[in-house]
Amino acid sequence: MSSATSVTEPVVFRWHQAEITAIAPVTPHVKSVRLRCGLAEQYRAGQHVDVRLTAEDGYQAQRSYSIASAPDGSGTLELMIEGLPDGEVSGWFSDCADVGDRVELRGPIGGSFSWDGPDGGPLLLAAGGSGVVPLLAMLRRRAQGWRAIPAALIYSARTRAEAIAVAELERFAATDPGVSLHLAITREPGGRRIDAALVADALARTGPPGKVFLCGSNRFVAAASALIVAAGVAPGLIRTERFGA
Amino acid sequence: MVTRGFVGRRQPPETGARLPPGQYLTDDFPILQIGPNPVVDLATWRFTLREGSRPIKSWSWDEFEALPRTTWHGDIHCVTKWSKFDTDWEGVSFDDLLADAGVAAPTGFLLAESYDDYTTNVPVADLVGGRALVATRYAGEPIHPDHGGPARLFVPHLYFWKSAKWVRGLRFTNIDTAGFWELRGYHMYGDPWREQRYIGD
Repeated sequence: MSSATSVTEPVVFRWHQAEITAIAPVTPHVKSVRLRCGLAEQYRAGQHVDVRLTAEDGYQAQRSYSIASAPDGSGTLELMIEGLPDGEVSGWFSDCADVGDRVELRGPIGGSFSWDGPDGGPLLLAAGGSGVVPLLAMLRRRAQGWRAIPAALIYSARTRAEAIAVAELERFAATDPGVSLHLAITREPGGRRIDAALVADALARTGPPGKVFLCGSNRFVAAASALIVAAGVAPGLIRTERFGA
Repeated sequence: MVTRGFVGRRQPPETGARLPPGQYLTDDFPILQIGPNPVVDLATWRFTLREGSRPIKSWSWDEFEALPRTTWHGDIHCVTKWSKFDTDWEGVSFDDLLADAGVAAPTGFLLAESYDDYTTNVPVADLVGGRALVATRYAGEPIHPDHGGPARLFVPHLYFWKSAKWVRGLRFTNIDTAGFWELRGYHMYGDPWREQRYIGD
C-alpha cells in the first residue's frame, strides 16, 4: 500500500479530558470549538478525534470530528462542528456548550488521511461543505513553515455564507503565491459545481500533485475523485474521507 | 465524566437492545474507504485463496458465481458508530469456498486482500460455521462499487472494517497479522458488543 503515513508502532487511543476554552460561530450552522486537552500537540493535520459526552445517569454518546487546527503549542485544538437536525452530539455543541464545559476526546485517528510538511507535495485538496475542515488544518500546517509546497484547494459549498473559514482561505490565496483557492458555490446565481475545468485550473497551479486529499459527502467525493483521475492523477495518490449517505 | 447539560437521545428499548454500545441507528448506508473505488472488471476478476504466497485455489467470476449460494439477514455495525438494521446479503460462504477448494483451513488466521491494496485480518474461527460470506449481492442486487462490489468479504458479527470491500482473495497466515487499519490503531479483533474499536479496548 502506498500510504501517506509510515506506520512504525502500534497506536493506542485513550480518552482525554478536554475543556472548552473558546466557542464561536463560523457559519450559520457551524461552530468553532477550541478545547484544551492532552493530545493537543500529538496529531497530524487531517486527523480526527472521537468526542464522548456523558449524561448524569451515565448514558454516553460518541461522534467523530475532524481537527481544524494545526498543532501550535497552545495546548488546545480546534474542532468545527456542524449542527445537524436531531444531532445528538452536534446538537449539544450547537445549543448548550459553553466555555468551561468538559467533554472527552480520543485519538488522533485516521493516519492515512493526514499530511505534514515532510510528506511533501504539491498538494491538491478538494472539499465539499464541512469536508473542508481537515483540509483547512493541512493548509494551516503548510503555512507554519512549508510554504514552498504548492497547494490548491477546490471547495464546493452551497452558498458563500455556508463556506467555512472562507475569509481565511481567501487570505491564504491572496497573500501566498503558493496557494490557490477554487470556489464552487453551487446554489447562488452564477454558481457552479466542481467540473473538469475547475480541476484543470487547480492542477495548472500546483503542477502534478504528490498528495491528493478529498473530503465531503459521498456524492462529492465520488464526483471529485472521478474528475481528478480523469485529469490524469494516479488513483493511488488519492486519499478520501466521506460522510453522509 | 458528566458533560453539563447533556441528556442524550435514548433509543426505544427494542432498538436499544439491538444496538451495540456506542452505536446509533441509521437508515442510510454510509461509505467509508481510504481512496477512490478501484476499477474492477468482471472479465479479469479473480478470487484466490492463498497460504502465505502459495495459491491454493483461484476462481474466475463465472466459476465463483457457480458456487453454492448463502443468504444472510441481519444488522451491521461500523466502527464509526453507525449501525444498520435488517440488511440482506448473498454470496458464497467461507465453508463452501474451502469445500470447493478441497482443503481444510491450514492456519488459524488470514488476511483479506482487496483490489485497492486494503487488507484486514480475521481469525479463521470467525469465518467458519456459516458466520461469513464472500458477498456478491446486497438487497437482491449486485453490490454497488461504492459498497465494495463486485465482491466483498462479509463478517457481520465484527465491525464492518473487517468486511473488506473489493476483495480479491484470502491469505492464510501463520500468526494474526495486522491489516491496514489494525496497523493504525484499530483493534485486532473488533467485536462490536465488546466495543473493541481501537487497540486496548
